[in-house]
Amino acid sequence: MSLQTSRVAPIIGRATAVAFMLVAIASAANGADIPLDQRRSGYLDLGRDSKAMQDDDTINPATLWVQDGEALWNQKAGAANRACADCHQDATVSMKGVAARYPAFSAARNGPVNLEQRINLCRSEHQQAQPFAYESRELLALTAYVGRQSRGMAIAPPDDDRLAPFVEAGRKLFNRRIGQIDMSCAQCHDDNWGKKLAGSLIPQAQPTGYPIYRLEWQSLGSLQRRLRNCMTGLRAEAYEYGAPENVNLELFLMWRARGLQLETPAVRP
Amino acid sequence: MGKAKPGATRRAVMLGGLAGGLAATIRLEPAHATPERMRAAIRTVVGEASIRKGRVDLEVPPLVENGNTVSLAVSVDSPMTATDYVKAIHVFNEKNPQPNVISVHLGPRAGRAKFSTRFRLADSQIVTAIAEMSDGSFWSASADVIVTLAACVEGI
Amino acid sequence: MARPLINVPAKVKRGQVFEIKTLISHIMETGFRFTTTGDKIPRDIVTTFSCSYNGEEIFRADLYPAISANPFFDFFTVATESGTLDFKWTGDNGFAESATAKIVVE
Repeated sequence: MSLQTSRVAPIIGRATAVAFMLVAIASAANGADIPLDQRRSGYLDLGRDSKAMQDDDTINPATLWVQDGEALWNQKAGAANRACADCHQDATVSMKGVAARYPAFSAARNGPVNLEQRINLCRSEHQQAQPFAYESRELLALTAYVGRQSRGMAIAPPDDDRLAPFVEAGRKLFNRRIGQIDMSCAQCHDDNWGKKLAGSLIPQAQPTGYPIYRLEWQSLGSLQRRLRNCMTGLRAEAYEYGAPENVNLELFLMWRARGLQLETPAVRP
Repeated sequence: MGKAKPGATRRAVMLGGLAGGLAATIRLEPAHATPERMRAAIRTVVGEASIRKGRVDLEVPPLVENGNTVSLAVSVDSPMTATDYVKAIHVFNEKNPQPNVISVHLGPRAGRAKFSTRFRLADSQIVTAIAEMSDGSFWSASADVIVTLAACVEGI
Repeated sequence: MARPLINVPAKVKRGQVFEIKTLISHIMETGFRFTTTGDKIPRDIVTTFSCSYNGEEIFRADLYPAISANPFFDFFTVATESGTLDFKWTGDNGFAESATAKIVVE
């Protein structure tokens, strides 16, 4: 595998080009999965104050969105004038375990949908209401509220053969080099987790707490938003919100994180 | 929603040197506070009085994973009685665009001269807290904080 | 939209110093950021937060753009008698938010 140093060097400087070469050579064997017992949540790498922010609902900024989500859950909406609660009753009972097994297969879409898409499907089909925009306050609030009901549970991707080709598509995306930086997710998050990148610790990228309150955003945000940040960071054109590539990546990442505890809504830098 | 932040040009160049090639970057500094401006801001609050070191405990993480949200706790050694209490606590920084962070006004009813909040640091720098006592004296403490930037951000 | 998040103990003993935590939703736009086309994004911050205990101010903070989004405060007061804690936030563009919490002192 040749690294085209001559293309990379003018953009980022000789020393860093060498660094990239070393990374590429080290992972020439196409990124092996992290052994199951070595997987860890990004929570463990947080500073003391950020951990405290996540652990205490009374000081976690994400609680503001969870509160909003609870209000929306009980609010009648759409031409059907129906609230989530009218079908699903008490979310603390009916939504327990749901976020832990999403993305899931949707017969209507003939493919996987993530939690945001599932909520919007309910909005349009059962409430006859306009779907919420990605990263809108309402969609984040509902996703956070539903996700919160699975906090503490193990991530449990559904045992569904129909999902297999999509998980595989997600795995291919995870291992595919992209962008001007010409690196894949696997090269950082499978092969070099625990090391530093420009002063920041490289996590394994286990989506254990989405939607997260990201300190960088100073707001709650979805896994797709975070994936798009990564793609932009590699100087690649990020897939649009809701694009099948993003959903397949989410599906693969949740499969990769199977068994880890869900922390939604988490705090991350 | 705007995409740039203070020091955005610096981040853009840092991203270009993703594996830490700081030596290859050019520093383009936007206008920001300096140690002189911080001292001037402190003088505005303190006037001609002398500032003594001590009695103030300033708790900031020494290494911050993201400068957007830094935990801050300031506590002052004081009995907080009707005749001997902390009137105010002022916090300053030396490299943000503005030298002031917060001014907290207390009184004997506080019971404990302590508060916590979250604030922003644009760069690694010194943070200073000044306590104004009921007897007119001023006390201070400082902390040196290293701020790391997040990798993989939204836009330039 | 989001209600302020207030946390006070349910019951306190007279004379006891107790902790109050507050958190509200606010962007705290610094006024130092620019759009990708070079236009300055105007400042939009909370400028003052105050807490009164049965009508008497017990805590007041003057905020500057350096305070993070979704401002959080944790502070203390002495339990005098049962009553109401009033919280007020004011800021740029006529921003005004308020909340109350009951405190039982025995």
